[in-house]
Amino acid sequence: MESLTLSDVEQKYYSELFLSCDVDNTKKVASNGKVLDLFRAAQLSNEVVHQITELCGATRLGHFGRSQFYIALKLIALAQSGLPLRVESLNSVRDLPLPRFVMGKNEQEMRHAVMFADTENQGPYFPRPPGRVQAKKVSAHEMIQPCVPTVDPQPDTTSPVVSPHQSPPTSPHAWRKHKRQASGGNVDRQPSVPGVVWPHFREAQPGPVTGDGMWSAHSPPPVQESWVSFTDTPPSSTLPMHPPSAQVITTVRTVPSAMTTNEIQRQISGYDDPWKITDEQRQYYINQFKTIQADLTGLIPGSAAKEFFTKSKLPILELSHIWELSDFDKDGALTLDEFCAAFHLVVARKNGYDLPEKLPESLMPKLIDLDDSAGVPEPAPEVGFSASPVEVTPNKSPSMPSLNQNWSELNQSNEQWETFSERSSSSQTLTQFDSNIAPADPDTAIVHPVPIRMTPSKIHMQEMELKRTGSDHTHPTSPLMAKPPELSDEAKLAATIKFPGTTVGKYIWSKSIYSSCYYRSHSGTSPEGLKVVAPPPPPPRPHASHSRSSSLDMNRNFAAVPAGPQQPGVVAFPPAVPPRPLPTQTSVPHGHRSVEGDGLPAHTSTSPHQMPEQPNFADFSQFQAFAVDQPADDGENASDKTTGTMKTAKNDVQSEERNATTVNSAKVSTPLAPPPKPVRRRLKSEDELRPDVEDLPQKSNVIATVLATQPSIPRSIGKDKKAIQASIRRNKETNTVLARLNNVIECDHQERISLEVQLEQLRPFSHL
Amino acid sequence: DNVCSGELKFHYTVHTSLDVVEEKISGVGKALADQRELYLGLLYPTEDYKVYGYVTNSKVKFVIVVDSSNTSLRDNEIRSMFRKLHNSFTDVMCNPFYNPGDPIQSKAFDSIVSTMMVQAC
Repeated sequence: MESLTLSDVEQKYYSELFLSCDVDNTKKVASNGKVLDLFRAAQLSNEVVHQITELCGATRLGHFGRSQFYIALKLIALAQSGLPLRVESLNSVRDLPLPRFVMGKNEQEMRHAVMFADTENQGPYFPRPPGRVQAKKVSAHEMIQPCVPTVDPQPDTTSPVVSPHQSPPTSPHAWRKHKRQASGGNVDRQPSVPGVVWPHFREAQPGPVTGDGMWSAHSPPPVQESWVSFTDTPPSSTLPMHPPSAQVITTVRTVPSAMTTNEIQRQISGYDDPWKITDEQRQYYINQFKTIQADLTGLIPGSAAKEFFTKSKLPILELSHIWELSDFDKDGALTLDEFCAAFHLVVARKNGYDLPEKLPESLMPKLIDLDDSAGVPEPAPEVGFSASPVEVTPNKSPSMPSLNQNWSELNQSNEQWETFSERSSSSQTLTQFDSNIAPADPDTAIVHPVPIRMTPSKIHMQEMELKRTGSDHTHPTSPLMAKPPELSDEAKLAATIKFPGTTVGKYIWSKSIYSSCYYRSHSGTSPEGLKVVAPPPPPPRPHASHSRSSSLDMNRNFAAVPAGPQQPGVVAFPPAVPPRPLPTQTSVPHGHRSVEGDGLPAHTSTSPHQMPEQPNFADFSQFQAFAVDQPADDGENASDKTTGTMKTAKNDVQSEERNATTVNSAKVSTPLAPPPKPVRRRLKSEDELRPDVEDLPQKSNVIATVLATQPSIPRSIGKDKKAIQASIRRNKETNTVLARLNNVIECDHQERISLEVQLEQLRPFSHL
Repeated sequence: DNVCSGELKFHYTVHTSLDVVEEKISGVGKALADQRELYLGLLYPTEDYKVYGYVTNSKVKFVIVVDSSNTSLRDNEIRSMFRKLHNSFTDVMCNPFYNPGDPIQSKAFDSIVSTMMVQAC
């Protein structure tokens, strides 16, 4: 028999066992019967038992001497750890758990304690020195009475299931798993935590082994914890746990030294809320989080989390489900809260609790300040999430009721979480999507959204929600609207609020707080119709002069139009650079004579001589005039896209239309856009149409003026925002005008095409 | 047996509709995919049912088969169904434990789909 080295704990344990089997009190030999009973109590199969007895030499000897007994015990431990039974492994295996012996009992449940090693572990633990009575909470517990031949546990050793209401017990060692081997045994000792249940093997120990992990809704018994470890070997035995019954018993299980630093001990709190995370647990989780991601406010990417949780040996499907539950904002990464929730769920699952369908409230990530009114059930402060609650305003948009409810239920007041302090300062859970935004304050002429600053993850989530339920929002702007009264709440958040400050700064957003997630900007300058209450009247347009010379000032143009001398049929061009003596055609020329009739005739008021010949912009009337006046020009029409030999006026018009169209399109595409470009185009078209152009002095004039005014544009741009706003408005108006023009041109184009088709049809007949 | 054959029939329908989907998406030459293109609309109707298609920007195809007798189902409802599907699908994808290509076993996904189908009926 090879020599067997036992650790101290093992030594004691084994000697205890031996004594218990040493019925005859020989101190040398354990009675076979007892020993065999003991071995069977180890819940090993018969063959294994036989093998063990053989290996330890008892078969040879015919009895169990002390050494054989010890060897046998060690082999039992090996077998229970799932390791092959080899005598050589007796001494080589480190961190072997003590052998466990169970007596079958009605209420027995196996406790599994999966252990995690922790760096703070200290020394070995003795499961239970003889003679010590443990007053622990017990749920069901198992009797370990190998000596007892009968099934009935001795009354003193088996205490009935103690109501979980017992005071939390524990001496620290109560739940300590057996000590680890010399490898360093990192069993986390959490002194305050009562224990995990140890399948203590004890002979005459009264007192229940603690039942633990009370998941149930028992009243505030303190914690019972079971430790979960991410080990490489699965727990030896697990029986299904039923949370309501709250009888979780953890089996002690030390992990073979193959276990690495990933072993962690964790507790599962057994409070009212079975899913509540205790301080120690949370601290543990945080430490684990740090190992993956040093920044506590950062995120753990999905792949890292996957690796980490895969070590827990849970099936992938369950891990997947846990992920779904815990990744609250569905971003594929875990924040600290989400990570803790996930870890907690893993621990729970390892201890046999079924995974919930929905994330329990206590595990919800407290992204934002929650409504305290929801009321924490627990009086005892729990490590919770962000502390500063913000009132969840009663106006919840219909699109986010579930989120609101969830968050409002979350309620963790006492949070020392420094990492969440920023979050806690942020406000509201949700922006109030309320379409009835009536400005309570008459000063605020605009009813603007009062977005609320959200933490990034919340924002993200909300944005996602918003996008998803986009169709549900009645009002494009209302989602981001909040009632002005809520400003008081948001005022709290001032620290985190920033002004987007840009274009809308001009108008009276004075009372609003901008959210970084405010993604709709309604500046109220849109002429197309602000859906919200109209913005305050824009500053009066400077009629006389424009700070932005390039803007299309329709008013001005049209006003100027009648004043100028008119050429018959000349179409006024769309607003051009203001400080021009002459109407210009900076943007798309006004195509249709009838459309802008009032303003259009104007622009002919230019000195005829300035303009090189240009035909240019889609000025049909002009072309008409052309056609009428200069039939000869048809042939010279540079654009010359006339279809055929027909030189009717209509055709000319068509060709000119086409010409105009091309020019127009060129113009349309760059209405006011880099100033030089339109000019260039005009020049080009001018060149093209040069031969035709004599009669369009105004155009040259326009161009000249445009050219003249171009340089001034950049200068004026930087002026004041007011001017910019005004110019933006003007531009938009111009856009609408151009759009109309475009439509007109399209119609004319269609007409032309149809006429051409007819022409084609007629042509064959013309030969007849 | 009836159920099985029904299921098979749907599998067959969906499979054949893939051809139509391919045809529709190959016609789009644009590089960018916008929402309009994602929703393919009614792929083809048969006497029993109508088939709608949707393709995501990652070329994952969703097909919805609707009973023809259900005339109350409007186009934008179908669109919203596809949008919800797409969202749920991305949630499933975000799960690092999900291997693309595996059958989706996510309970959340299943529940969303079931809810949607119940609503549609």
